[in-house]
Amino acid sequence: MSDITKQSLTELVENIKNKKLSSTDITKSFIERSEKSKELNAYITDNFTSALDKAKKFDQKPNLDLKLPGIPMAVKDLFCTKDVKTTAGSKILNNFVPTYESTVTENIWNEGAILLGKLNCDEFAMGSSNETSFFGNVQNPIDKNLVPGGSSGGSASALAGQLTPITIGTDTGGSIRQPASFTGTVGLKPTYGSCSRYGIVAFASSLDQAGPMAQNVKDCALLQEVISTYDPKDSTSIDFKRNQYSKELNNNIKGKKIGIPKEYRVDGMPKEIEDLWQKGIQYVKECGAKTIDISLPHTSYALPTYYIVAPAEASSNLARYDGVKYGFRAKGENLIDMYEKTRSEGFGAEVQRRIMIGTYVLSSGYYDAYYLKAQKVRKLIKNDFDEAYKKVDAILTPSTPSSAFKIGEKTDDPVSMYLNDIFTVPVNLAGLPGISIPAGHDSKGYPLGLQIIGKAFDEQNILNIAFAMEEKINFKNKITDWWIE
Amino acid sequence: MSIDLKTIKHISKLSRISVDEKKGEKLAGDLNSIFDFIEKLNELKTDNVEPLTSVAETTLKLRSDEVKSKNIREQIVKNSPQDNEDYFVVPKVIE
Repeated sequence: MSDITKQSLTELVENIKNKKLSSTDITKSFIERSEKSKELNAYITDNFTSALDKAKKFDQKPNLDLKLPGIPMAVKDLFCTKDVKTTAGSKILNNFVPTYESTVTENIWNEGAILLGKLNCDEFAMGSSNETSFFGNVQNPIDKNLVPGGSSGGSASALAGQLTPITIGTDTGGSIRQPASFTGTVGLKPTYGSCSRYGIVAFASSLDQAGPMAQNVKDCALLQEVISTYDPKDSTSIDFKRNQYSKELNNNIKGKKIGIPKEYRVDGMPKEIEDLWQKGIQYVKECGAKTIDISLPHTSYALPTYYIVAPAEASSNLARYDGVKYGFRAKGENLIDMYEKTRSEGFGAEVQRRIMIGTYVLSSGYYDAYYLKAQKVRKLIKNDFDEAYKKVDAILTPSTPSSAFKIGEKTDDPVSMYLNDIFTVPVNLAGLPGISIPAGHDSKGYPLGLQIIGKAFDEQNILNIAFAMEEKINFKNKITDWWIE
Repeated sequence: MSIDLKTIKHISKLSRISVDEKKGEKLAGDLNSIFDFIEKLNELKTDNVEPLTSVAETTLKLRSDEVKSKNIREQIVKNSPQDNEDYFVVPKVIE
């Protein structure tokens, strides 16, 4: 069956359950397509041989009660996978082979899925275009020399290019939702505390969340159901009653109140994005929901806040890379010299830039002016959402201020690159769930996404709204297989 | 605000990242444009605002203090660039 890789997760699971397809059939198909897709540069490390062995083993004694029975999938290379190299897209971890498994991936394998390989990403998830990876740029399957977004760029590219039926990413300021928007796929950033951070290479601990990426909302809900568990190994994991997101998925959103924040109408936003947003408003109304104009007055302060909080946390988290315990080591004349050379040669330019910003804002004499100030503004941003949610059940915005851009277009100006995340960053600062769904194309034929932001722990609600909108939008991704060898 | 080469040298020392003149000048330029952008926060009065340190409004759970992993010395040194039996090896610190 040549069309196996075109099938959604839901279809593949059904075909395995009714024995129309074996795990070996499916795994082989995705491996073959992945091998013909080298030009996308989506993989950092493949696990094909082991995946095929596992698929054969699964077929000998299939457990069809599992949620992901014999389903192969590749994951972002930020998740530690036992005995499989994990690089975080960095030279400094180029030889790192974890001796333990992240909780999120453990949950996935426990439900029967099989690791296909590790996917490219921005170095330490710091980037919005996958161009900061030590392992090179990733191509967007939508068009040649187009970025797939970032930091989960390899995940988005592999998913849209049908090298994996589903995948997971991480999202600190938009790293799941922005690449999903750039590649015409669905990406969910869960509530902070919903998915365990144990075994995920840390970037900014108060913002990082793992989340599912999929071809459609139903697949996304199923994967979220698998990865979201309470985990005592992560002190910020939250013990709340989790829904059976895919079973409870429901397109009836009659009477729901959807907020439209006026501050998201930013200066210089292309008309195409505004039009898409208006179309989205029309769709939710057609589904029987009501839209209400709301205000999130501190929106324009979110990015400056983020660029203090995230680098501050990163500078502290990345102190562990010292060339002693694991990873790359450069030769030095003495211990300090060894540290300094290791970090200078091992980290890329963007990571060094952020460590320097973080170190500066936390340094003596500047802490109050920057870090404390940012924490206070973060409170104001969260208060905005708390106020809004007294009136509405969810919020609808564009996912990004533009469609995907060309490789190299924004690398010279860090601030213009940061502006990509203008609509996604506030959600991380407030710890809320947000989902990006493909909602249309721009004049170049590139996909555009809409974002639905929910109350904390209200993933089911935003998945339902996304599910209802998906039916109305009836989006078709335009993939021409231009890269296939 | 302006971050000069001297400040860059100071931050580079604190962050244990070696920076030569050329790289330092590039970094100073980048950091200045980023901090210009960050300065926007000064438009806001925040004297009476409580800082937000965690979005999770739950108290941390307590657990009993017990050993969960045993005999993992080998695993711990497995990824080190240089080790000697159970120890990490680094350049000489004490003469």
